[in-house]
Amino acid sequence: MPEEKETFEPVASAIVEGIKRQVLVVQDYAKLSFQSLANLFSPPHYWTDTLEQMDIIGVGSLPIIVLTGFFIGGVLVLQTASQFERFGETALTGDAVALALVRELGPAITALLVAGRNASGIASELGSMVVTEQVDAMRALGTDPIRKLMTPRVVATVLMLPLLTAVSDFVGLVGGFLVAYFTLRLGPVQFWTRAIHALDFGDLVQGLLKPFVFAFIISTVACFMGLRVKGGTQGVGRATTSAVVVSSVILLVTDTFITRILLWAFHK
Amino acid sequence: MTSAAPPAGPSKPYGEPVPGEPLISFKDIRLGFEEGDVLRGISFDVWPGETKILLGEGGSGKTLLMKLAAGLMRPDAGTVTVMGQNIGEMPEKDLLNFRRHIGFVFQEGALFDSMTVAENVSFRLDEEKVDESETDTRVREALRFVEMEPSLEKYPGELSGGMRRRVSIARALVDHPPLIFYDSPTAGLDPVTCQTIITLILRGRDAQGVTSLLATQRVQDAFGLAHFRFDEATGQIVRDKENGAQTPKFPPVENAGNGANGAGNGAIPPTNVLVLRDGKIYFEGPADELLRSSDEYLKKFLASAE
Repeated sequence: MPEEKETFEPVASAIVEGIKRQVLVVQDYAKLSFQSLANLFSPPHYWTDTLEQMDIIGVGSLPIIVLTGFFIGGVLVLQTASQFERFGETALTGDAVALALVRELGPAITALLVAGRNASGIASELGSMVVTEQVDAMRALGTDPIRKLMTPRVVATVLMLPLLTAVSDFVGLVGGFLVAYFTLRLGPVQFWTRAIHALDFGDLVQGLLKPFVFAFIISTVACFMGLRVKGGTQGVGRATTSAVVVSSVILLVTDTFITRILLWAFHK
Repeated sequence: MTSAAPPAGPSKPYGEPVPGEPLISFKDIRLGFEEGDVLRGISFDVWPGETKILLGEGGSGKTLLMKLAAGLMRPDAGTVTVMGQNIGEMPEKDLLNFRRHIGFVFQEGALFDSMTVAENVSFRLDEEKVDESETDTRVREALRFVEMEPSLEKYPGELSGGMRRRVSIARALVDHPPLIFYDSPTAGLDPVTCQTIITLILRGRDAQGVTSLLATQRVQDAFGLAHFRFDEATGQIVRDKENGAQTPKFPPVENAGNGANGAGNGAIPPTNVLVLRDGKIYFEGPADELLRSSDEYLKKFLASAE
């Protein structure tokens, strides 16, 4: 028995320590995220930095969003049409594409693309600044790095992602229509009328509310990973990977819960 | 440009030395990490106008001491008082305001690599919303001081290590702070560039009366600062023959024996050396006393200068 106790105790304490560390990480993340938002209510504000980030995150992500949105709409038509054809209901393609894109695929895929493109960019940029002591230099010059670096990135992502999602939804519908037109011979009036009528207010709210939440997750996780980099360039690499992986996983998990809540809220 | 507000409250609440008190005072500072304690009860003072040189091997805690004094880190135990303020207990918001009255030169310069040299140097002035024409004048003045005015529009990536260090000094000096921290300003530089950097520090000390704390592994830096001075009349660096027996400038005689500086009776030369070893102060005194020391460990440092 004493031997078992001797083996068990160090393992138990290691597990407890591990849990404590993880709880502390979550606590630090929550504090940092709260601080990044609280900074909006007191000066100084860095509007120029925010606009610059909006350009990098919003305009910079536009080509990739347009391109992927178009083909996702197209592939969605191909997949659903093959099913609808079995029942001779290809006219419903517009409904299916519109609902799938606006409610789910538009917000989720746009967020995943922005996470891949911008969460990595933010984490590596801030991480590099940490390892080269630029963040400490900023503090030494009397400037709050959370206010100057994090808040503009969070605000820019939160403002840009819903717009990018709207663009992605529209381009996806265009892509879907073109594929439907050339493969199913669906007329524009038929496709667009059904697509637009399929959507109600609840769908639009769902499709445009999610990006705000996703954007907050992507930007705060990326900044958090970047600002806590340790271990030189290797640490920057680790933070970049973590930023993309963690933000993608959290946003997909959150998506499930938001969807459930919104479906309940709109009686669907 | 930003819409940053100027520091709140009185213009320089932390910028004035408290009469009769040291500018920086470390009292029984302890700091450790997972690997163990790095600082084990460090106490010393830096008086207004003094240049204190922290000598020590890599990992001896020199940089930590400076980061503690600038409020960039907090000690596990002990108190750090700078310009009468207990830095260890100050909230981060107040620390940001406090740091606008100090200069910090980081080891590799830590210049913002997405900004030009001019933007780097004007960073603090822009934050304080100083008038654009005045900012331009002061940035040029600071860059002229470090002989980097022609590189105004260059990016840090286009500069050599020594040039980056010089720009970093200009950035620290642009607001004329009364206190500057130099973290290994000559590390990794060739001897000629090291000399240039030391000359700039001498000019900052003698022409602007800056108090400084300087961390270095090079004992030559200590002797350079102790044995030379900047002559404002000629604009030249001249050998200071009287160093080591200079007329005491500080601290006031009645406080002289109170500090941990060991010099006592107010006879403290403006440049003093503090050697760190195993998290404690191994030696503290004027550079010449270090030179005359027969201690084996100190002799190792002296040998590296030869």
